[in-house]
Amino acid sequence: MTDVALPRRWKKPPLIKSAFLRWSLGLGAAIYLALVIQTTPVNWARVWEGIPRGARFIAAFFPPDFVTRSAEIIEGISESLWMTVVATVIGIALSVPFGIGAAKNIAPAPVYYFCRGFLAVSRSFQEIILAIFFVKLFGFGPFAGVVTLSVATIGFYGKLLAEDIEDMDMGQAEAVRATGSSWLQWINYGVQPQVMPRMIGLGLYRFDINFRESAVIGIVGGGGIGATLNTAFDRYEFDSAAAILLVIIGIVMICEYGSGYLRKWVQ
Amino acid sequence: MLRIKGLTKRYRTGDLALKGIDLDVPDGQVMALIGPSGAGKSTVIRCINRLVEPTSGSVALNDVEITRLGSGELRRARRRMGMIFQEYALVERLSVMENVLSGRLGYVNFWQSWLRKFPQADIDEAFRLLSRVGLDHMANKRADELSGGQRQRVGICRALIQNPELLLVDEPTASLDPKTSRQIMRLIKELCEERKLSAIINIHDVMLAQMFAERIVGLQLGAIVYDGPPTGLTAAVLTKIYGEEDWSATIRKVDEDAPDEADDNAIAKAMPPASLERDRMAGLN
Repeated sequence: MTDVALPRRWKKPPLIKSAFLRWSLGLGAAIYLALVIQTTPVNWARVWEGIPRGARFIAAFFPPDFVTRSAEIIEGISESLWMTVVATVIGIALSVPFGIGAAKNIAPAPVYYFCRGFLAVSRSFQEIILAIFFVKLFGFGPFAGVVTLSVATIGFYGKLLAEDIEDMDMGQAEAVRATGSSWLQWINYGVQPQVMPRMIGLGLYRFDINFRESAVIGIVGGGGIGATLNTAFDRYEFDSAAAILLVIIGIVMICEYGSGYLRKWVQ
Repeated sequence: MLRIKGLTKRYRTGDLALKGIDLDVPDGQVMALIGPSGAGKSTVIRCINRLVEPTSGSVALNDVEITRLGSGELRRARRRMGMIFQEYALVERLSVMENVLSGRLGYVNFWQSWLRKFPQADIDEAFRLLSRVGLDHMANKRADELSGGQRQRVGICRALIQNPELLLVDEPTASLDPKTSRQIMRLIKELCEERKLSAIINIHDVMLAQMFAERIVGLQLGAIVYDGPPTGLTAAVLTKIYGEEDWSATIRKVDEDAPDEADDNAIAKAMPPASLERDRMAGLN
């Protein structure tokens, strides 16, 4: 072998082809970041003063007091739980038709765009904003909270259902259609078995989200444990507040393990 | 009797998949449709039960014009056409029994199917079919627990419980080993004989087509280029269907596919590739 071939070099092609554009974008981002950091006001003296205040605040949480306000805590938790159950069931039931309508592979174009639009709108408002709106509409109390959580569930669950249907195996669905099934039979035999396990898992996940959200919307007047928590803070009863927080953490953990177990079982 | 006239399909992408096919399939005939990938074999089958909408032309099953049916009538027409799929297309999370019974969906109302309350006659028939293919002990297994050959047999039961007049079979052996492929093809052929069914079988294994079909139709680029008995498939005909280069590849493929046993291998090597005759192929098994 006498002739030495030049080694062929290879480099990963850059994401942005034009070198000028690449460098100016990078430089621009760096300059903007530097400016933004400078404009954020950080008052180090106040941070310093705040540290011991924070420590006292946290210390006030201990020991958590489950006893003094036990009646209110139990009432709040049970109200939150039934709000969560009702809102999750209503929300999921209503999200099924929207989810099916928003799946591009099985819905005709006008239905698809309508359902996608509806889901996008119901997801674009954060639960707190919805809750403020519904509390103004229906007055204080758990009803406004249930409506809030139901609407939020439709947006969440409908979108994920639609995306799961879009990912399904069309071969199986086509085979069911070839038997001469009606549309509902087709959904029941060809589509539902394919999306069911994931939907059960997501339903449980939404249950746990709704429970946590019920604590927050209570603060703006939507009822549930959030109202109890807010009262505890207002009265500076931090030990009772700590007890409420611990109960919330406990219930969320039960949901977490329970849903993991149930998902394995339905898979 | 299935009568296809001037069947044309142009996909939305602009590809002309079928260029005016004319084809008559008399009752009780098992016909194999061969041709290279992309020739339009699957499109023909799917245009017959309108899983794909034909662009123009007519498809008539026992004098019922299928291309003009409304959705309700189309469902009733689909009940009369059983379809068997490539890769089985069983609903994997349903049990074997549910998959078979799904062949009755066109006959029961929504609540019966939703509550799984099928008429006893359907359940009897499902068990009879499952035992015919040797799977009655698997009725409550989930479809994804079965092997490939077993799944395809469930697929056959699902098609037959529709009590069809015509079987549409799309690459039934594409994902099966050579021995299971033969078993499945033999089963389809026997069942068609038992029930006097006509069948259109899409298949890209020329040898299997010759072994099990009484009539072969060769499709190339959306047009029929051969229609005749299996014995008429000479090298020249296969060249016309598959093209010169592809044809040599097909012979190699036949040689590789054939050897189940050493004897078969020896026969295959001794014979010149041009003499792909049905007798010899049948003798392999």
